[in-house]
Amino acid sequence: MSTILVQERAIVVPGEALAEGMDYLPGDNTYREQERIYSKVLGLVSLSGRVLKITPLAGPYIPKIDDKIIAKVTDITMSGWRVDTATAYSAMLNVKDASSRFIKKEEDLSQILAIGDYLVVGIINVTSQNLIDVTMRAPGLHKIEGGRIIEINCQKVPRVIGKQGSMISLLKEKTGCDITVGQNGLVWIKGSTPEQERRVESAIRLIELKSHLEGLTEKVEKFLSEVQ
Amino acid sequence: MIVNTNTIYDLAAQGKRLDGRSLTDYRTPVQIETSISWTAEGSARVQIGSTIVMAGVKLSLEKPYNDTPNEGGITINAELLPLSSSEYESGPPGIKAIELARVVDRGIRESKAIDLKKLCIAPGEKAWFVMVDLITINDAGNLYDVAGLAALAALKSAFFPKIDPETGAILYKEKTAVPLPLVKEPLPITIYKINGKLFVDPTKEEEETYEARLTVASDPDGTLSAIQKGGDMPLTVDEIAQIIDLALTKAAFLRGILTTHYGKALHH
Repeated sequence: MSTILVQERAIVVPGEALAEGMDYLPGDNTYREQERIYSKVLGLVSLSGRVLKITPLAGPYIPKIDDKIIAKVTDITMSGWRVDTATAYSAMLNVKDASSRFIKKEEDLSQILAIGDYLVVGIINVTSQNLIDVTMRAPGLHKIEGGRIIEINCQKVPRVIGKQGSMISLLKEKTGCDITVGQNGLVWIKGSTPEQERRVESAIRLIELKSHLEGLTEKVEKFLSEVQ
Repeated sequence: MIVNTNTIYDLAAQGKRLDGRSLTDYRTPVQIETSISWTAEGSARVQIGSTIVMAGVKLSLEKPYNDTPNEGGITINAELLPLSSSEYESGPPGIKAIELARVVDRGIRESKAIDLKKLCIAPGEKAWFVMVDLITINDAGNLYDVAGLAALAALKSAFFPKIDPETGAILYKEKTAVPLPLVKEPLPITIYKINGKLFVDPTKEEEETYEARLTVASDPDGTLSAIQKGGDMPLTVDEIAQIIDLALTKAAFLRGILTTHYGKALHH
């Protein structure tokens, strides 16, 4: 006889027992030890069928192939640029991935991207040793100029984007700002005025704070109509 | 963040800030708590925005210095805890911690805020020495003003401990009703210059952008006790005059909050 020890959407801590018995299966961020399933992280419980999953509330960003992130140039090497990904591991941007035009051998790389520049890049490869390769050769990937960059909890990134980008479209539509959300938790906001950028920033802070509650989109919509 | 740095610089020209405040506004909340420690003779915790500094005052009996046999002494020490910012490491104090301690120290020392003669018990033999420890809990910018206010609030809350009449040992657990001989209340205010504009209470990102800063320590009556400049760029005579006027109004603002706090504390 299997029993579930926690409620749906309950907040659990690492090591907390979620279910007893072999009828339940450990999903994301959980593990089984003998008869019991435990949580690996701090997060919310979700049960789909027999599978127990935890949606994490905090934790670091784990680089994945095809993710779009915001990175900072930290070094220039013989073959490209080393970029800081706001994770434990830095990434490499090769010369051949930096631009759609041909970069000649004798060119000064600091004229193309300088140390301290922020870039919107895509991850093309992550090795088992966490060596990361990134590219700027795809639509929507570019060097960042103007506006502001804010840091958010990277576990809240899916909430800021919303289902099929619903939240981000709402923010863009109501404020007229250009918003790029990096999967690593850096968000670039550029609007016509600093006041609009500020509105987006406070709306994103609201999303971060209330993301585990229901009716988030309505809350954000109300917030944006109140704060002009 | 170089993107934000550039934006802060550009916005300064229009008299705007990244977080929407006016150039001369403090962040909210400005909160003061005193007597937060049982073991210190005086203590305070000050928060402006999300910058938090704690200050503690300890008193000890020492032999006075040879050149001032009838005076006690004051030392101010600052520690930038690694927990307060990712920039700080544990270990001996770095240049930032030393500067913070010295800027706060200078305002108090040069205004002769503490009557050092009253700290003397037996000339040439025994005098009270005041030690103020500043500890950053969170650095979100403008440590100077927060630390300066915390030091003053802690000094105001300090009382002498009792002394055992027979052995002469200090009974730290028992306080007398005698406060520190604080004759003046100097408060340092730091004004930053970014793209030619004068900023009050900078955030961490604004601190990365500034060209020059001037710390002005003043008494309630407007007497200046210390001025210290920082940053790579110069300040014009005109700018210094503006900074002093601005610093005096801002000092009055923070002093008002400190007075309100002590007004409340008396009622309890």
